[in-house]
Formats: sequence, C-alpha cells, structure tokens
Amino acid sequence: MSISSTTPAAETAEQKIPRQRQRRRTELSEGKKQERKLGWLLCAPAALVMVVVTAYPIVYSFWLSLQRYDLKFPEDRQFVWFENYVTVLTNSYWWTAFGVTMLITVVSVVVELVLGMGLALIMHRTLVGRGLVRTSALIPYGIVTVVAAFSWRYAWTPGTGYLANLVSPEGAPLTERASALAIIILAEIWKTTPFMALLLMAGLALVPDDLLKAASMDGASWWQRFTKVMLPVMKPAILVALLFRTLDALRVFDNIYVLTNGANETSSVSMIAYNNLIKGLNLGIGSTMSVLIFLTVAIIAFIFVKLFGTAAPGASEEGRR
Amino acid sequence: MADIVLDKVTKSYPDGTTAVHGIDLEIADGEFIILVGPSGCGKSTTLNMIAGLEDITSGELRIGGQRVNDKAPKDRDIAMVFQSYALYPNMSVRENMAFPLKLAKMDKATINQKVEEAARVLELTDYLDRKPANLSGGQRQRVAMGRAIVRSPKAFLMDEPLSNLDAKLRVQMRTQVSRLQKQLGTTTVYVTHDQTEAMTLGDRVVVMRGGYIQQVGDPQTLYDNPVNLFVAGFIGSPSMNFLPAAVEESMLRTPLGDLPLGERMKRTLGASDAPRQLIVGIRPEHFEDARLIDDTQRAKGFEFTAPVDLVESMGSDKYVYFTIEGEHAASPDLEDLAADAGGADLPPQDSLVTRLSAESRVRDGADAKVWMNLDKIHLFDPRDGKNITLHEGRAAGVTAS
Repeated sequence: MSISSTTPAAETAEQKIPRQRQRRRTELSEGKKQERKLGWLLCAPAALVMVVVTAYPIVYSFWLSLQRYDLKFPEDRQFVWFENYVTVLTNSYWWTAFGVTMLITVVSVVVELVLGMGLALIMHRTLVGRGLVRTSALIPYGIVTVVAAFSWRYAWTPGTGYLANLVSPEGAPLTERASALAIIILAEIWKTTPFMALLLMAGLALVPDDLLKAASMDGASWWQRFTKVMLPVMKPAILVALLFRTLDALRVFDNIYVLTNGANETSSVSMIAYNNLIKGLNLGIGSTMSVLIFLTVAIIAFIFVKLFGTAAPGASEEGRR
Repeated sequence: MADIVLDKVTKSYPDGTTAVHGIDLEIADGEFIILVGPSGCGKSTTLNMIAGLEDITSGELRIGGQRVNDKAPKDRDIAMVFQSYALYPNMSVRENMAFPLKLAKMDKATINQKVEEAARVLELTDYLDRKPANLSGGQRQRVAMGRAIVRSPKAFLMDEPLSNLDAKLRVQMRTQVSRLQKQLGTTTVYVTHDQTEAMTLGDRVVVMRGGYIQQVGDPQTLYDNPVNLFVAGFIGSPSMNFLPAAVEESMLRTPLGDLPLGERMKRTLGASDAPRQLIVGIRPEHFEDARLIDDTQRAKGFEFTAPVDLVESMGSDKYVYFTIEGEHAASPDLEDLAADAGGADLPPQDSLVTRLSAESRVRDGADAKVWMNLDKIHLFDPRDGKNITLHEGRAAGVTAS
C-alpha cells in the first residue's frame, strides 16, 4: 500500500524537474539579455566620447588624404583617390624619415629595456632609501620633453655646451647626421628609461619570492634565476612595456624638433608630416602621412597583441575555463 | 643522506628583534622531525636557516658533520617544498622536475629516467606535459614533492606543504608524505602550525614558541608528559582543560572540589618557594561517567557532580561540556595559546570538555556524576608554566607517593 502510493508521486516529481529546469534556463537567458543591454548602456557614454575624439578625426584625415588639398592653392582641391599615397610612398624623403624613425625606435627601445631592467632590479631590491632611489630615478620622466630637449641642445652647443666641450671641442655634433641621431637617441633614452623601469618593476612584483627561493634551492645561479625564472614570469609585463615604448618612440617628435629641427636628414615621419601639414599647409599629403603613421602603429600594436596571447603562462588554458 | 645539527643557532635582525634564540637540535640521519608552533614562533626562520635562505646570526649549522653556515643554498644539497609549491609557471611538470637536474648538468637520459621514476612514484605520469596552471592543488603539491625527490638530496625541508590543500586532501597527502619519507629514508624537517599534522607525521616533534624550543620528543611523550603549560595546551585536540587550584594543607582546592594530594606532591608543594596557586590540567579522555567505573578504578579517581551543558555524540564516544563557576586559570602561557588559536581550538575558559564512553547516558541539562583519573592530572606553576608533576621526565599525577 505504502509502496504503490509513493511510486507515482516519485514519478511526477521526476517529470517536474526537467520542466522546471527548462523554465529556469529561459529565465536565465532573459536575465542575461537584460544584463547585456545594461552593459551596452553603461558603455555607451564612453563609446560616444571615443567616436567623437578618435573615430571622427581618423575618418576625417583619411577623407582628406584622398584629396589634392593644399591651402596655398585652395581652388585646386580635387578628389584624387590614392594618388597622394603613391606620391608619398614613392618619395625618398618619406623613406629616409621612415628609416630614421625605425632606427631611433629600435635602438632606443632596446637600450631602454636593458637599462630599465637594471634600474627596476635596483629599485625592487633596494631596502634603504627606497623612496629616494625611486624618486630620483623618475625625475627625467617628470621633466617636460621640450624643456629637457632644450637643455640637451645647450649642452651640445659648440663653445658653450659642457658636453660639446667635453666630447668634441672642435666639432659641432648636432650638425652631423650620425652624431645628431646619436644625441637624439640619447635624449630619448634618458627621458623614458624611468618609464620603462616603472613598468618593469610592476612586472618584478609579479615574481613570487618563493619561486626565486625555490630556484636557488634547485641550484640556480643569480643569472639562471634571472633568465629562467624571472624573465618568463615577467614576460607579459615586458611585452606591455615594449609595446608602450615602441609606439611612443615611433611618434618621436619633440626631441628632433628642438635638437636639429630635422636638419641633415634627421627627420622622423612625425616631423615630415608636421612640416607638410602645418608648415606647408598641404592637407592632402600631410593627412596621407598621418594615416600611414597610424597604419604603422596599428600593425605593430597588432603584432604585439598577437604575441601577448601566448605570452602569459598557461593563459590560453586558463582563459578557456 | 645526512644528520643535521643546530648548535646554538640564533637569528637576529638589524632592527634588533631576535626570531630564534640559540637553538640546539640534533636531527638524526633519516629522521622525520616536525617543527611546530604558533605563527611567529621562529619555526619557518629555523627552516630557512637550514636551507640557507636566511643567514645565521650566530651559532653553527652542520649537515653531515660539515659546517655549512656560509654555504649557498645550492651547495648544501638539500631540497625544499614550499607552502605555495613555487612551481615554475612557464615550465611543464616534466621541466619543473627536471630543472634542478638540468642545473646540475646531468645528461638527458639520466634526467629523463629520474623524472619518469619520480613521476611514477607520485602518480604524475599522465600529467608530465601539463603546465602547473592546469593541475589541481593536490597534483601541484605532488609536483613540488617530485622536484624535491628527483635530486636524491641529503635532506628534505618542507614548509607547511599541506596548508593550501582542503581538509580531506590534506589527510590523504599526509599519509602519502609519511609513506614517501619512510620509503626514501631521507632526513626530513617539516614545519607546520597544525598540531594534528605534527602528531601524526613525525618521528619526533619540536614544539617552539617565541624563538625558543619548548620541548622535543616523540608525539606520545609530548602528549603524555608535557613539560609546561604551553606544550600541554598546544598538543591535543580538543585541548587540555585548565582549572585554577589553591594549595591548602594536604588538599588542592579546585572548582570541581578538593583533590587529595599524594606524599610526593605534598613534599614538592611543602617547599618554601613552592607556589600557592596552581593550574590543574586534565585531558578530556581522563574523565568518565561515574556509573561506568568499577570500584578499583573509583579508588584512584575523584568524583564530582555538575550540570551538563551540551552533549556531542561522536558515535565512538561522547563529548560532554560542563560550565565551571568561579575564577579561571590565568597564566601568560594560556594567553599565548588563546591568542594563537583565536579561541577556536581551545575550549572557552569557563567550559570543561570531557570525553565519555558512548554507553554513558548523560543528557543535556541534567546533572551528571563524573569521575576523573587523578593519575593523569598535571599541575602547572602559573608563574613560569612548568609542569611540577613531572618526575624523571614522566607525568606522575597528584596522588603518587
């Protein structure tokens, strides 16, 4: 009697469960929809601002780059498709500037990475006067680039500059291409190494102390601990630092503007874009150069971001979870 | 394999604090020794000094008869397992375990063979090509052990290796660690704050407090014959009950009633410098329902009646809680213990925990007649925490003649 009465009840209970589950699933997805809507709404103001301050200028300069448009001859304005691109990309001035920019970028970023890592290690390990060390290391980054560039210029001015007198009392370093480029790179390095160091120090903080202790128990020397344990764990931070600094260096302008003003083929792409767009009032060619710089930056950023994907240890697997 | 000797080893920091005060400890070859104590007792500092991760301020450390004070960790030939496991996240399990061997410049075939062997012992063969991020906590812990055993070092140092595991896994791993140590026969120093781990794992246990060794001995000795209030309260779960007691004539006045004193205790307490106030310590299992006691045992004990607060039936036996009226036992040792446990492991001061047979029929709220074993009572001097019932290293109770 008791058995027959409990069995049907149990069955109906079992039948009810899937139905309930289904209902809950649709409820959940509705809730998700609401959540998504709210997400978009919350993003909207920021997205709108981005469109106004970023997307519009980009689209507008792309639009300008498709026209022959020189403010000195406004009546010649004409839509010419990609003619400006052909003009720029077949011009030796552009490629010289591109080469100079690449040289400055590669050399300064590599040197900054090495120096910045050293500085970061010192700042990370210093126990006494940590605040003082960090503050003094960050001073160059706190000085306005143009001001710093001027002080470099004066330092290298023949006759009055102490560095010029010290290094080459006879010559004028800023008037020769090789030495001028070296000075520009030096000024860049002096200026942004602290920034690099700061980013790398954040990476160093990611390396657990236990890991280094374990490595030294395992028999690793200081150098082995650095290369086999610290660097791999820091890799994401290093990539971020490299990305930031590479993109920054690609747009190098202030130092060149103050130190040589682009003389002796020391112009970067930003310099010649400025010369065409602002000084030459050639909106078409200037915009074309801006778009090309933008594309270069975008491509490099893309490559770096692709590298990131596999950089973080176990990132891909953890991301799946 | 080697013995480890700590000879008056001290660790002081530049700011003047001393973490370890001149510790003397001899660890025999192949021994499994546990350093246990509340946080800040100096156990991890001691371990780090043996490892070479911290400098020794004074004293001497010898491994295998050789002074190693000034040797770098890598030259001491010892392996360490960390609480955080400290696995290299960028390396696979195989690479993690091979790392110390690679650094020792062994050839590939030997490395492979050793790694495979360790993986087999630790049941990690299927996971050799995974990254640590894709392992469970227990597996990571085993990889950390594997990295230690592949080198066949002179000694293993383990710094709370099981603390990051959940309770069930911790018990499983505890047996595995124990079995592994027996199998390898390697000298092992194991640091933990968990007294259960200390009791179940070690050949010998070192109880530490505030940078000093309190007592060294095998687990049963520590449990039965604690030298002071701190060790008595730290070892055992639920922990020992502590009650205040006043010495009067040939009696000991306690909140449970007047306890008789034997000849030897009378002599000890009769001394001019003997304390007048004492702390009575008695473990929960030394109580019994008076109705279940036969006459010969009844004579050796003391009976009292009290209202029952709470009965917890564990199946095998019953935990019965009573409330103690009046004053509480007070001593610096007890304050330390309470601070460490956060009141969790230690019974509240006004409560008496007893462990009675499952057959006992005491009920919540009703009065119960309880017998306690006078042979198992400890008396402590509240001023320095010393156990004054110890006679030739063994606790003798209060009624011994």
